[in-house]
Amino acid sequence: MKRFTWFNAVSLTLGFAFLYIPMLILIIFSFNSSKLVTVWAGFSTKWYVSLFSNDAFIDAAWVTLKVGFISSCAATVLGTMIAYIMVRGGRFFGRSLFSSMIYAPLVMPEVITGLSLLLLFISIGLDRGVFTIILAHTTFSMCYVSVVVSSRLASFDVSIEEAALDLGCTPFDAFKSVTLPIIAPAVISGWLLAFTLSLDDLVIASFASGPSSTTLPIKIYSSVRLGVSPEINALSTIMIAIVTFGVLTTSIISKRAIKRQRLEEEQAFKNG
Amino acid sequence: MSETDKTTCFEPWNEVGKKPLIEFRGVSKKFGALTAIDNVSFNIYEREFFALLGPSGCGKTTLMRMLGGFETPSQGQIFIDGKDISTIPANQRSVNMMFQSYALFPHLTVADNIAFGLKRSDMPKSEIAGRVDEMIKLVQLGNLGGRKPHQISGGQRQRVALARSLAKAPKLLLLDEPLGALDKKLRQETQFELVDIQEKLGTTFVIVTHDQEEAMTVSSRIGIMDQGKLIQIDTPDRIYEAPNSVRVADFIGDVNLIEGNATTTADDKVIISWAEGQPTLTAQTTTNITDGAKVTFAIRPEKIAMTTDKPTDASNAIEGHIHDIAYLGNVSIYKVRLSSGHMIKAQAANTRRLSRRNYTWEDKVWLSWTDTAGIVLTK
Repeated sequence: MKRFTWFNAVSLTLGFAFLYIPMLILIIFSFNSSKLVTVWAGFSTKWYVSLFSNDAFIDAAWVTLKVGFISSCAATVLGTMIAYIMVRGGRFFGRSLFSSMIYAPLVMPEVITGLSLLLLFISIGLDRGVFTIILAHTTFSMCYVSVVVSSRLASFDVSIEEAALDLGCTPFDAFKSVTLPIIAPAVISGWLLAFTLSLDDLVIASFASGPSSTTLPIKIYSSVRLGVSPEINALSTIMIAIVTFGVLTTSIISKRAIKRQRLEEEQAFKNG
Repeated sequence: MSETDKTTCFEPWNEVGKKPLIEFRGVSKKFGALTAIDNVSFNIYEREFFALLGPSGCGKTTLMRMLGGFETPSQGQIFIDGKDISTIPANQRSVNMMFQSYALFPHLTVADNIAFGLKRSDMPKSEIAGRVDEMIKLVQLGNLGGRKPHQISGGQRQRVALARSLAKAPKLLLLDEPLGALDKKLRQETQFELVDIQEKLGTTFVIVTHDQEEAMTVSSRIGIMDQGKLIQIDTPDRIYEAPNSVRVADFIGDVNLIEGNATTTADDKVIISWAEGQPTLTAQTTTNITDGAKVTFAIRPEKIAMTTDKPTDASNAIEGHIHDIAYLGNVSIYKVRLSSGHMIKAQAANTRRLSRRNYTWEDKVWLSWTDTAGIVLTK
């Protein structure tokens, strides 16, 4: 926006209010000292204290973090591999079909993804638990990673890789010592995106989880059905903080990488 | 080959029994239905500076990428030092390439870029730093070793790319449009430096370029490519003075092409009748031309003399009017219209100031040249 006008100010305020007022209310009420969710009775952090002494929540949080970490690592490896093949593999039979198939899970309703995974696990006799949630989260988040990484790879001068081969690298060495350092920002933001998605997910996790493995979103959802407790507010506030951190870091990393790349290009143009 | 031979006359391609460093034997490359390289056979010798010249899309880059190991021939074989390399991957060839975009590793410093190949060779670790310094000195990069590629200028980046590709002392260095990104003045300076470096190291260079001046300046021989075929391989002067076809003559420099019918004479001369009411042209030729054959007479503008009066001793003289003058500073190009409608370009050095020029628009002039000035082409 170049100029301040009342129209711009109002639409900006309304837009952000629409997005953030619900969350703001939730954060405020997580510091409410009353047990009644809708009545303000003064500032307190007791719900945070009671949350951390609630073993069920702590267990669920631990499962969620474990699932998020392992699945986002696996998704990053697989997603990067897919992106590399799709961008660098040249033209091969069925390439455009494959590349659209990678994007399909992004628009697929989560219920369908969850249900199909559930059927798969049952049919191969895999007991549902932490492992199956990891598998399920890897499955859907690797698509996001591959989208992020392939857009970086596509804007990358192939002759840099050829130069590495020319100078005596094996293809794997060229990937490790040249390609990976250059695409690292995209790989890291892909990982953060996968991690955030895994933390958020309720639908797919509820299909893939078993009785012994409850993730935080599932736990929250099931306890809310028995009535909203201020503890949930506190927990949600913590989750908002984590997700905000993840999203901000991702965007800062990728924005910085883009800025640096543009700077390099500009300089190349000026000097060249 | 003795040392004196090298300095006086470097022509390994004329030596009988000389083994070539690189040999293309019936090489073709197809991309789907497109034939990028069409049955190419030729040799490149050690210490040569060989230029592949042609318009974009002629296949010159594909030919070079096959030498580098980034493309494999669909047909035929490529030999380096007598060994078939068609199936050897890029990282196992003693060939290095300097890329058009320079392809410097952006996350490594200048010194690390140059050391990159050395670290992957069998050179002992202790010698790498010394070799890197040597290369930095060779390309005159001074104290830029610690900078990252985006912190140096385009000309400096070009030097880093050159140093990096030469660091492993390859048998053969491939240069893909190495100076394309530099401005004209820097490019001309760098061309001479490139020749100096090549002579100093004695490495065989193969350069791909679309800039004929660049090819003429740097190379010992030029291969002219068109539509996947090598249409002439020769020294720069032969390519310019004795093109083997109309396409080569037309691609290199400026040329007048006159089509006509040839009549042979006893003394290696050809009489060309080419237009109603115009005197016939006489030209010497060494190629066999059958009587009455259709030929193209090619003559460079600078080989044509322009006078106000009809020269008495010239073997070829035609009359016309100046249609247009292009003033280029050091020379002027005169477009002369003949009564038959033909347009002939003649070039004259501007030895006098512009205000004292002899000729101007619509002046009647005579164009003349000797019978060895042009060349008779049959294809």
